[in-house]
Amino acid sequence: MCLGVPGQVVRVETNDLGMAMGVVKFGGISKEVCLMYTPDAGVGDWVLVHVGFAISKLDEESAKEVFATLEAMGDLADLPGPPDAKG
Amino acid sequence: MRFVDEYRSEESVRKFARAIRGLVTRPWTLMEICGGQTHTLIRFGIDEMLPPSVTMVHGPGCPVCVTPLEMLDRALAIAARPGVIFTSFGDMLRVPGSKTDLLSLKASGADVRMVYSPLDAVEIAKRNAGKEVVFFAVGFETTAPANATAVWQAKKVGIRNFSLLVSHVLVPPAMEVILGSPTNRVQGFLAAGHVCTVMGYREYEPIAAKYRIPVVVTGFEPLDLMQGIQMTLKALEEGRVGVENQYARSVTRDGNVKARAILREVFEVCDRPWRGIGVIPQSGWRLRDEYAGHDAVLKFDVGTITTEEPSVCIAGQVLQGLKKPGDCAAFGKECTPERPLGAPMVSSEGACAAYYNYGRGT
Repeated sequence: MCLGVPGQVVRVETNDLGMAMGVVKFGGISKEVCLMYTPDAGVGDWVLVHVGFAISKLDEESAKEVFATLEAMGDLADLPGPPDAKG
Repeated sequence: MRFVDEYRSEESVRKFARAIRGLVTRPWTLMEICGGQTHTLIRFGIDEMLPPSVTMVHGPGCPVCVTPLEMLDRALAIAARPGVIFTSFGDMLRVPGSKTDLLSLKASGADVRMVYSPLDAVEIAKRNAGKEVVFFAVGFETTAPANATAVWQAKKVGIRNFSLLVSHVLVPPAMEVILGSPTNRVQGFLAAGHVCTVMGYREYEPIAAKYRIPVVVTGFEPLDLMQGIQMTLKALEEGRVGVENQYARSVTRDGNVKARAILREVFEVCDRPWRGIGVIPQSGWRLRDEYAGHDAVLKFDVGTITTEEPSVCIAGQVLQGLKKPGDCAAFGKECTPERPLGAPMVSSEGACAAYYNYGRGT
């Protein structure tokens, strides 16, 4: 149930209750999303959406860390162990 | 899609698997908290890429699985009343109560509607002033801010025909139950990345210190899980305890401050029963007194409905990582996703359903 889907903000507006709302694009689908918890998310930013609410603005720099870690590992020779399963 | 595809690279996942094989010198048992993580582990076969000395056990982080039977019976009692529109996320509709389930009730004429967001339920209430609209507010800390915002909005604009049937649960008290058990096997945790997106991870620091374990906040894609497992095993092998954050693209130490503020405004901590586990003190949220007018338990007077859990199912032990789905005599025989005996077989996030759907455990 705690599914979060990344999407890109394409519009930001304020509803009549003063809540920040917006339109977020997920691949080919666009949906109205509440942006009141991510006030610094603007058009073009990527947010993580859960049940119609953006719960974080995804941090582009932190997102690269895992790939830097992979790079730093270099070429790892495989060690004895179970064969690689489906990935 | 960005932030998804690059975290599913087979080559990168295999590289982490090789790093883990070079790292592990002893047997270790880790638990992933969240049912979404369980689903990814089994679906992508990540557990099968680990050395045989590393055991993954599956945690209680499946809201559908831990929602007590009596809460389902309360939902069914409310939904069966004339003049009620009962709304819920799709996950809860198929879960059997003691006599029926919400979808069957709908088929026999009750107005039960699936919604994508609790704000949709508020909209339904606005358009149906003559009806009582109830939203089934289940879930962990990830989902609670959305539900809190829905009822906050309804109160603010005076939509009095909207109420919540609240069954919210919290991760840290359940972790303490698992760690405090004399039969505990778990030596390190992958904390749930989306729960921590909302709550941050400060509250896990005293738990890691008290039980001398590593806790790694972990995301949901295959690469996230592999890295979370690698970080936890590295900490174990090096004898380190404390909290680390694998999912920094979404999680900060303080979490989402705005979401947490609305949680404090609407909810207060309470004792809650967990299906298969029992009452865990201070492990859930209920509406504050200021929101009593929007509390479906009070509005429909269903607080006296109590139900005993059936004894056939070992869900409680599965949810605490003490048993695996295949250890259950009923698994895949009397108990299947079509005819579930227990909640972990109902929800696609439940460990039993994940094992069944991907051909494991028999």
